[in-house]
Amino acid sequence: MPIVTMTVNGRPVSADVDPRTLLVQFLRENLMLTGTHVGCDTSQCGACTVHLDGHAVKACTVLALQAEGGAVVTIEGLGAPGLLHPMQEAFREHHGLQCGFCTPGMIMAAIDIVNRHGNELAEHTVREELEGNICRCTGYHNIVRAITEGARAMAAPVLNRAAE
Amino acid sequence: MFAFTYHRPSSVRKAAALAASVADGKLLAGGHTLIPTLKQRLAAPGDVIDLGGIPDLAGIELRGRTLSIGAMTRHAEVAASPVVKEAVPALAYLAGLIGDPAVRNRGTIGGSIANNDPSADYPAACLGLGATIITSQRRIEADDFFTGLFETALEPGEIITRIAFPAVKKAAYVKFANPASRYAMVGVFAAKRTADIRVAVTGASQSGVFRWTEAEEALKKRFAGRSLDGLSLPADDMISDLHGSGEYRAHLVGVIAQRAVEAAAG
Ligand SMILES: Cc1cc2nc3c(=O)[nH]c(=O)nc-3n(C[C@H](O)[C@H](O)[C@H](O)COP(=O)(O)OP(=O)(O)OC[C@H]3O[C@@H](n4cnc5c(N)ncnc54)[C@H](O)[C@@H]3O)c2cc1C
Ligand code: FES
Ligand code: FES
Repeated sequence: MPIVTMTVNGRPVSADVDPRTLLVQFLRENLMLTGTHVGCDTSQCGACTVHLDGHAVKACTVLALQAEGGAVVTIEGLGAPGLLHPMQEAFREHHGLQCGFCTPGMIMAAIDIVNRHGNELAEHTVREELEGNICRCTGYHNIVRAITEGARAMAAPVLNRAAE
Repeated sequence: MFAFTYHRPSSVRKAAALAASVADGKLLAGGHTLIPTLKQRLAAPGDVIDLGGIPDLAGIELRGRTLSIGAMTRHAEVAASPVVKEAVPALAYLAGLIGDPAVRNRGTIGGSIANNDPSADYPAACLGLGATIITSQRRIEADDFFTGLFETALEPGEIITRIAFPAVKKAAYVKFANPASRYAMVGVFAAKRTADIRVAVTGASQSGVFRWTEAEEALKKRFAGRSLDGLSLPADDMISDLHGSGEYRAHLVGVIAQRAVEAAAG
C-alpha cells in the first residue's frame, strides 16, 4: 500500500493507506480525530470541512493521497478546552449550535470566510458563503451571528483573548 | 469505490506515458466529479493518475492579449485572480459562481472542461470566448472540443495542459442556478470581440453546451438585448426533468441570453 505523509494540526503524520482512503477517513480512523464529521458523503453538507494548505475543503471528496505533503488543520487544531479559538467561542456565546453535528465544518468554513473576506463581514456575505454547509437544527440565524461576531473577535490581539 | 492503483507523476510527459501504458486509467484533477463517480461505482478505473503533483499545470498568465490558465488551476484562484479580473472579468465572475467555496477550492478548470457536464459553467466560457484547449498532444479550438453530452474531442489518455482565452472585456455570463445543486439550469455566456459575436448556452440542451447561432446573427445588426426579441429555440432539444420542462428551459434561454447581452454591452 502507498505511504502518505502530511502534517495534521502541525504534527507530521505518515501511514500506509489503501488508495481509496478518503482524507476524512484518514483523519477519523487512522488518526482518531473524530471532530471532523461525515454528514452526506456526497460533497453537499460541509460537515467534513477541514483546511488543506490554508483553504477549506470537503474532506469526504479528497483522497488522503491527494493531500500528500500538505498541511491539514481540523477542528481539533484550533483551540483547547479552556482556551477556545475566537470562532469557537463565538459559536458558544451566540448559541450557534444545537445538536452540534454540523458545527466543526461550520467553524472551519467560517474561518476560511474570514481569511478571504476579512474581519468585518456583512450578513449576506456570510449567508452566501455558507452555501456548502448545511445545518438541520438551527435555522442559521445564530450561526450567521456567531460568524460575524467571531470574525470581529479574530481581529482582537491574542493576549486579550487569553486574559478574558 | 472499487480498488485502484494510485499514481502521482511529476510531469505531463510521465503522466501521458502512464496513461498510455495502462489499460483503463483515469486522470484525477480536483476529484470533485471523479471521486463521487468512483464512490457510486459508476466508474471502475484500474489506475488513477493524479495530476496534483505536476507544478507546470497550475498558474495564470497574461501574454499580450492571451490569458493562459493551467489545467490544474482551482476555480477559487480564477475567481480571485487580479490578472483574470483585468483581462476577462466575466471569466473571474463565472468561476466564483461554481458550486460553493469548498468546491471552488478543489475543482479545476481542466477537470470541468474534460468532464463537459451539460450543466457546467466553464464550457460556456470556452465556447463563448472562443478559447483554445491545449493538450499534451495538440491545440483544439473550443468550437471543435465540446462534442456532446459528457463528450469531448479528447483522445483516451490525452491531457489538457492549459486553456488560452482571448482578453475580452465586452463579455458577460448570466447563470440561472438550480436552487438545490447550484449547477446551471441555464447559463449564457455572451461576448463581442470586434466582429466576432458569440452566444454560448449551457445547462439547457440535451447535447450539452452549444452556440446559439440565430442569436449571434441577430446581434450582428446591433449588439443589444432587444435584438433577440422574438427569437426562440425548439423545446424538444432541451433537457426536460423535474426541475423544469423543455419549454421552460427554451424560454429561459431567451430571457437569460438577453440579460447576458445587456450585461456584456454594458
Ligand atoms: C457540490 C458540488 C457542486 C458543484 N457545482 C458546480 C457548478 O455549479 N458548476 C460547475 O460547472 N461545476 C460544478 N461542480 C463540478 C466541479 O466544478 C468539478 O470540480 C468539475 O466539474 C470537475 O473538476 P475536477 O478538477 O474536480 O475534476 P475531476 O473530478 O478530478 O475529473 C473530472 C474528469 O475530467 C478528467 N480530467 C481531469 N483533469 C483533466 C485534464 N487536465 N486533462 C484531461 N482530462 C482531465 C478526469 O479524468 C475525469 O474524467 C460541482 C461539484 C460539486 C461536488
Ligand atoms: S460529508 Fe463531506 S460534504 Fe457532507
Ligand atoms: S446544529 Fe444540528 S446540524 Fe447544525
